Amino acid sequence: MLKTRVIGVLAVKDGLVVQSVGFRRYLPVGVPAIAVEYLNRWGIDEIVLLDIRATVDGRRPQFDLIAEYSKHGQVPFAVGGGIRDIYDIDSLMRAGADKVVINTAAVEQPTLISEGARRYGNQCIVVSLDARLVAPGRYGVFTRSGRQATGHAPVELARRAEQYGAGEILLTSIDRDGSKQGYDANLIAPVVNAVRIPVIVCGGVDRPAHLLEGIRLGASAVAAANFFHYTEHSVAVAKHFLETLGAGVRLDTLVTYDGFDHDGNGRLGKVDDDVLDRLRFKHVPEEVI
Amino acid sequence: MNSDTVLIIDYDMGNIGSVCHALDFLGGRYLVSNQQEDLAAADGIILPGVGAFDAAMRNLQALDLVGELGEQVVKRGKPFIGICLGMQLLAKDSVENVLTTGLGWIDGHVRAVEPSDGFRVPHVGWNGVHLHRDTALFHRIADDAHFYFDHSYHLQCGEELVLASFDYGGTYVAAVQKGNIFGVQFHPEKSQRNGLKLLRNFLTAMRDAAS
Repeated sequence: MLKTRVIGVLAVKDGLVVQSVGFRRYLPVGVPAIAVEYLNRWGIDEIVLLDIRATVDGRRPQFDLIAEYSKHGQVPFAVGGGIRDIYDIDSLMRAGADKVVINTAAVEQPTLISEGARRYGNQCIVVSLDARLVAPGRYGVFTRSGRQATGHAPVELARRAEQYGAGEILLTSIDRDGSKQGYDANLIAPVVNAVRIPVIVCGGVDRPAHLLEGIRLGASAVAAANFFHYTEHSVAVAKHFLETLGAGVRLDTLVTYDGFDHDGNGRLGKVDDDVLDRLRFKHVPEEVI
Repeated sequence: MNSDTVLIIDYDMGNIGSVCHALDFLGGRYLVSNQQEDLAAADGIILPGVGAFDAAMRNLQALDLVGELGEQVVKRGKPFIGICLGMQLLAKDSVENVLTTGLGWIDGHVRAVEPSDGFRVPHVGWNGVHLHRDTALFHRIADDAHFYFDHSYHLQCGEELVLASFDYGGTYVAAVQKGNIFGVQFHPEKSQRNGLKLLRNFLTAMRDAAS
């Protein structure tokens, strides 16, 4: 059975992973290579790295840095930010990206989607749509890191991306970004129903229960950025919670959290002291491949 | 002196960086090239692939590699593994974009993934792989182990070639073998420990074949 993916998003600004709040305020988190390594070890299913300043600053992707970061992960690595033409896609694929994420260019020059898809296949092209409420009950898509209004609704652009040959949609709520309020169901559900390609949802996750809500909205993959950075084994804990509720996720880490309880939000419960004592001396040798 | 060097074919169609990183992790010796003489000198060949079938065949032909690949792999029996598109290229033809003739090393055809209702295409993500046979390629890998898939087309071929399959609103081919020729639909270079084990098994098979 195909597992629901849990995806870690790394928003990179000036060479650092940042915590982003509403696409406007940014707090430094750490070095991208380390973030990739930890997410990989904690059992993430895919990593999306977005250079959130590239297009705004008129830069292309930083290919040498992408090559360096990608060495630290053995999971699919999707890279976005600053992609303007097929040569950028070529260079990213050569550097160590497995997919590319197109945001501003997907709206301003959608033929890049079809050009990329013809060359690398649909499955390689992820179109990212950043959307927020523009009027009560009405959403609009914004490009250039949420600065530029497109005047188009997310459903409309998602359908158009599918027609041009996108393999997946990454749908991010600007309103919920960094808000800790969970996914925006009113934004997500119509887009999920409008296209036949997989939809990855992002924006607002504060606890594992939010990931479960995203799965129930019909997302093919649930993504979070800030949430994964601040607690040890965040991915493994979240996945254990999802699995106990029957969400069907991939469990393949040395640390398992078997026998642990969760509260309704997916936070780990207190474990008996004698259990903790035994854990302290448990040695799990890493398998030699 | 070049024993156990694997050649990664660079035909502008792959996530070559990712394949190299996986081999770096395993400590395998490899060369990235599209030159005929390097094909001849290598002990094993990896054909990676992220891309469209027609563009891939065009590139292989433009680089004049089709004949030499057949010589080394089919005639001389060099260990070979095709990854994703690299596996699909083994087939006789594909309908991706336009009907295109493939390498034709195995009796199979590449067709669109058309699962039953409720399944989205492309098939993206981690899926369990069911082993049909006990083979060297899946040594130390459990049945129903998870691998990363990302594709819209799949290979149809006879059951006698199939090493493993996966379910996605239907049953599809996950891995094939015909003698020294291996192919996997998933991406071992991006499947964490299971994928690295599989690549290690290929390198081991290559070394055994060379000695």
